Amino acid sequence: MLTVALRHRFTGFALNVAFDAPAGVTALFGRSGSGKTTIVNAVAGLLRTDAGRIVADGRVLFDSATRVDLTPQQRRIGYVFQDARLFPHLTVRQNLLYGARFARQGAVAPSLDTVVDLLGLGGLLPRRPALLSGGEQARVGIGRALLARPRLMILDEPLAALDGQRRAEILPYLERLRDDTAVPILYISHAMAEVTRLATTLVMIEAGRVTQAGPIDRVLSDPLAARSMEGGDVGAVLSGHVTAQEPDGLTRITTPDGDLLVPMVAASPGQTLRLRVKAAEVILSLSRPQDSSALNVLPATVARIEPDGPTALVQVRLDGGGALLARITCRSVAALGLAPGTACFATIKSAGLV
Amino acid sequence: MGAALSEWLGPDGATALALSLKVAFWATLVSLPPGLICAMALARGRFWGRGLLNGLVHLPLILPPVVTGYLLLVVLGRRAPVGAWLEQSLGIVFAFRWTGAALAAAIMGFPLMVRAMRLAIEAVDPRLEEAAATLGASRAAIFATITLPLILPGVIAGAVLAFAKAMGEFGATITFVSNIPGQTQTLPSAIYAALQVPGSDVTVARLVILSIVVALVALALSEVMSRAVARRIAGR
Repeated sequence: MLTVALRHRFTGFALNVAFDAPAGVTALFGRSGSGKTTIVNAVAGLLRTDAGRIVADGRVLFDSATRVDLTPQQRRIGYVFQDARLFPHLTVRQNLLYGARFARQGAVAPSLDTVVDLLGLGGLLPRRPALLSGGEQARVGIGRALLARPRLMILDEPLAALDGQRRAEILPYLERLRDDTAVPILYISHAMAEVTRLATTLVMIEAGRVTQAGPIDRVLSDPLAARSMEGGDVGAVLSGHVTAQEPDGLTRITTPDGDLLVPMVAASPGQTLRLRVKAAEVILSLSRPQDSSALNVLPATVARIEPDGPTALVQVRLDGGGALLARITCRSVAALGLAPGTACFATIKSAGLV
Repeated sequence: MGAALSEWLGPDGATALALSLKVAFWATLVSLPPGLICAMALARGRFWGRGLLNGLVHLPLILPPVVTGYLLLVVLGRRAPVGAWLEQSLGIVFAFRWTGAALAAAIMGFPLMVRAMRLAIEAVDPRLEEAAATLGASRAAIFATITLPLILPGVIAGAVLAFAKAMGEFGATITFVSNIPGQTQTLPSAIYAALQVPGSDVTVARLVILSIVVALVALALSEVMSRAVARRIAGR
């Protein structure tokens, strides 16, 4: 658990944030210049803020009130930089092992083999960083930070410098990092797709302030939070696991809120998946649609309605505790007489994997 | 080959060459640590008096060498306060000794050495050092494992330049320690002395050729090293 509270003033920009990052991946989401990198630099000890307090796993890293300010060396934050920053004169193997000799005594240590395996670095060990692709450099950077036995990992847009294909190549490694290691991760990004796929906690930053923070499914199904996000790309996430590959090419995914059928997903039964349901892809009706082509209909209860111009974002609670967002017109809200507490059905036109 | 060379140069020439090599070697070796510290301070330091230090380091490049030599004499001569104290308490004498020639050569070569090292240090991305700090390396460890290996060719280039400069230093040396054959007569002093003797054209020519060869080899070596810095930092 990481607790952060910071205040800092630059010329023309003020940072004032407070949030908690529990175990798992905490995404700091916001557009460029919103202060995300400043926050993680302060956590890593590369920047001293005017005031604040940073506590990681019960250890005070920084406290302006009691004048505690550990050096980056003492903090042991595994920082994966956006530009990798591999040591050019060392081989990949030497880069990976760089932090190990300074590592904390008694800290949990993944072995070099484990990390090489986790990140698929097998063939790269004798090479120099200059001969690696961007994606390979990013993976080596992650491995190097991990092998220094950090208290916490910071990943500062590790995919930003990569093209779409390389990104898709690295995301599974990041998921394994999240699932196979116990190290909490602070993940900076301005790409919603990455965040919905990886994060367990979402902290939204705007102009140096936290606008929303909490478990990702809660934040993403919050209509107010959604409205502060850019574009029409708002939508909730549902987690489930694959229960069957149907003979007609559909995959059955079981969530606490009911089963969903999506076009064939390359996944084996039992595998956990996250589905992103865009608000524009959800239809609300008062009775279960009978003669409809839609396959995925879940019973729901209206929780909140937030008008947003001619449309409204409606948050509905599902029976299993999950929530969805639906973007429908204000006219439909009136015609159906929707109000908090109204029982309805949510029809999901399509759900995308994230 | 040594015998052939000393035959070719004549006894005085050979003695002067041997002395020059000794003077240049010690001048370079002794100025390496302070040179590296000055280069680090000038490249990375943000402290009061940085401009002053920069000026001091570069001063011997601008001052007439005879002035530098004179100042050394005033401060370190056997009857000057510092010189007398050094002789009494530590037994070190600079005036009219080869050690004085080495000191004068070191001071004259210092700006060249610091400059080459400083350029190498400035080419190292400080963010690499930051990355090493997050991985737990202390400042000393960062210097030893990241900074120094990356700038090593630049350090060698600086040393080579300082060595070449020390081989060729004349003005400050002759002012501070005079021109005593076998004691303080370096290669340039020997050329100067030979020029005063009619009919020694051949000796002069041979000493001049030797000096040119030394300078060219040093320049080429330092150029190769500077390129190696760029290569090392690019990681090729």
